[in-house]
Amino acid sequence: METFNFDIAIVGGGGAGLRAAIAATECDPAATIALVSKVYPMRSHTVAAEGGSAGVVRSDDSLEHHFHDTVAGGDWLCDQDAVDYFVAHCTEEMTQLEHWGCPWSRKADGHVNVRAFGGMKIERTWFAADRTGFHMLHTLFQTSMKYPAIKRFDEHFVCDLLVQEGRAAGILAIEIATGEFKLIRAKSVIIATGGAGRVFRQNTNGGIVTGDGMALAYRQGVALRDMEFVQYHPTCMPGTGLLFTEACRGEGGLLLNKDGYRYLQDYGLGPPDPWPRKKAMELGPRDRLSQAFWHEERKGRTIETPHGSAVHLDLRHLGEAKLRERLPQICELAEEFLGVDPAKAPIPVRPAVHYTMGGIPTDVLTAAPLPGLFAVGECASSGIHGANRLGSNSLAELCVFGKVAGEQAAKHARETPGADPAMLKLQADAARARAREPLERTKGEERVATVRDEMARSMESGCGIYRLGDEMRETCETLARLRERHGRILLGDRAEGWNTEWLSVLELGFQLDVARAMAHSALERRESRGAHQRLDGFTERDDAAFLKHSLAIYRGDEAPSIGYGDVVITHSRPGTRAYGAAGEAADAAEREHAIEESDA
Amino acid sequence: MPDGTAATRTRTIEMQVMRYNPATGNAPYMQSWTIPFTDDMSVLQGLQYIKDNLDGSLTYRWSCRMAICGSCGMMIGGVPHLACETFLRNFLPGPVRVEPLEHFPIERDLVVDATDFFTKFERITPWLVPKDPKPVSEGEYLQTPAQLEEYEQFSHCINCMLCYAACPQYGLNKDFLGPGLTALLHRYNADSRDNAKAERMELVHSEEGVWSCTAVGYCSEVCPKQVDPANAVNRNKTQSAIDWFARFLPGRK
Repeated sequence: METFNFDIAIVGGGGAGLRAAIAATECDPAATIALVSKVYPMRSHTVAAEGGSAGVVRSDDSLEHHFHDTVAGGDWLCDQDAVDYFVAHCTEEMTQLEHWGCPWSRKADGHVNVRAFGGMKIERTWFAADRTGFHMLHTLFQTSMKYPAIKRFDEHFVCDLLVQEGRAAGILAIEIATGEFKLIRAKSVIIATGGAGRVFRQNTNGGIVTGDGMALAYRQGVALRDMEFVQYHPTCMPGTGLLFTEACRGEGGLLLNKDGYRYLQDYGLGPPDPWPRKKAMELGPRDRLSQAFWHEERKGRTIETPHGSAVHLDLRHLGEAKLRERLPQICELAEEFLGVDPAKAPIPVRPAVHYTMGGIPTDVLTAAPLPGLFAVGECASSGIHGANRLGSNSLAELCVFGKVAGEQAAKHARETPGADPAMLKLQADAARARAREPLERTKGEERVATVRDEMARSMESGCGIYRLGDEMRETCETLARLRERHGRILLGDRAEGWNTEWLSVLELGFQLDVARAMAHSALERRESRGAHQRLDGFTERDDAAFLKHSLAIYRGDEAPSIGYGDVVITHSRPGTRAYGAAGEAADAAEREHAIEESDA
Repeated sequence: MPDGTAATRTRTIEMQVMRYNPATGNAPYMQSWTIPFTDDMSVLQGLQYIKDNLDGSLTYRWSCRMAICGSCGMMIGGVPHLACETFLRNFLPGPVRVEPLEHFPIERDLVVDATDFFTKFERITPWLVPKDPKPVSEGEYLQTPAQLEEYEQFSHCINCMLCYAACPQYGLNKDFLGPGLTALLHRYNADSRDNAKAERMELVHSEEGVWSCTAVGYCSEVCPKQVDPANAVNRNKTQSAIDWFARFLPGRK
């Protein structure tokens, strides 16, 4: 087996991995860095993010506003020390991207422009038309080419994380083109593999978003945190789940039911002003909007499409010129995939799975509980998203914490001796045999697609927008059976090189483990909070019992065990989470209360 | 696109797909499947149907499904397209012929070897070299919407390489930098914040640079993002000519 020695191995070449790589080499030019990705870095799913990335710039905005929008938006399950660090560093990271060439949209005076997003008090979303993730990713990818210390392993599939004496010690990767295994020894390992949305049927995610990094850490004993919190984005294409950015609503788009009625006013998000009021109606948070859709559907007030029910995203009043300037990709998507010109007709949309709030737990310095292991981006649970992520925070997170991860990994590598090569080789050989097992298997009657599709359907029915105990239990049982059936998949492809069927089996193994962590964490959380909403008697938030992070612990074939950890609360006590007029009233009451307290 | 009934009406279409596995030593060949499809199904979804249900060894790249990641470029009906945004209904009554991108070595089935593209990529200085470097703490470089517009279109390249498959010159001469990377090079040269144009123009002037282009313009026709690489090449031909004549002006080196 070909073996490499690096100071730092980064798994994943999306926004987070690239930002970490650049930070690591800038912080320690002597550090050797392996950037390992199963696709060419600019194919990573950061590319699909559309609307924008948060950073306070306006004089009427403040870090405290960004903090509060984030923490209340996360239904107080955020770690407030992490949110504090995050909001304080977003703007400098957005400016850093600007210095690297990111084509941010501008105001007439040449300064960067910002737009509104859901759940946001003041406009603070930096954007590059509606291709923000694309431009951020390409800017980072191209900038990374400046640094010779970053050695890329493009199209290498990481199948195992190696741990020695309680420390991360490297990774085992498969070169996709040849099927050859490569042992990459590293003193620090950064996991930056993105989310796991593909475990659900209708989702906005690319095919590569299979939770690999989460599963790598999980199987090595790192508990996955807050996995029950999965965000449904309210405006996606029926059937495929392709995303229509929240910026559609930030720019003034409306959501209408089959009667042309702005139904969100019936769900505590009103009043329905004709203009876009912040944190109200269409600019409410994603979880609430997706939940409102669910109710409309049951009331029979949605529109039937060949791929299920939908509501209308109406952009017509924005006019052709503004649509082409601000939302060009949305226009293309609507035209190419649906035959709809958004200037002339409303777009049918419905919620689809978009984002995994939970993941590998990290502290403010991106360190996972396993020494030498760092995690950043959607695969991490950095503590900033809580029970529902605020739109625009994930792209900013890649940069803010990507930089921290790179620097911390470099520092850790300098202070750490390498692992014992002989022991590591033994471990890598065993991991190689495990990864090759499905390729060499000669008996079995299952197909990848069957097991994968059953998993995705089961997750959708048991762990969707609203959840019931019985249905979650059924999903847990289904997943246990599917895990067993996964071991009986017989490949049609026996080739060594470019065997994507084999890699799909490995990905599906990751997905099933991650899905189980989600379903069991959901079942055990007997309350409703943010994106986790139950209808079986646990319809309210229960701070006394569940103002806690869930922690799913891997137990192999057995169901994961679920424990709990503390939420870091520094200065925002859990309050009423309200939007629209009710939200404004609650904010006013809060302010009055604060004045009374300070008078007392 | 079709009304609701057409999207659910299932018909069948024949897909002819090029197969090749260098490990077997056999020459490339075409294999056919007749698959059920609805009017909203893309060629990518057709390939996925085959892989999931008929032949797990069929090999292709894909990810985002929404024409932004640039993975699924292939020849469809002899023309370079992204499979995810090319619809089976457009090829009725069939068959739909699907082959790997032209002008690249095949790694397996529809997967081509992109090494050449990425090797050249690093040579174009694909990053901003700031005119007046300043620390991040001093804020952003100013750029008006008009200055942004000068290069914005050229920054839309998703590196899908369709234009390389379309370019007859690249087919003949692999040293040619090619349309997409010339557009990307121009993206930085045309950026009001950048200061490395002179360095990049060396490459533009050179034998691998724009003068290899014979102005066929097919690259811009197939570009899924309206980057118009032919335009970038032309602008650089003009610039290159000006630079060349400028050498003879007094006071210039």
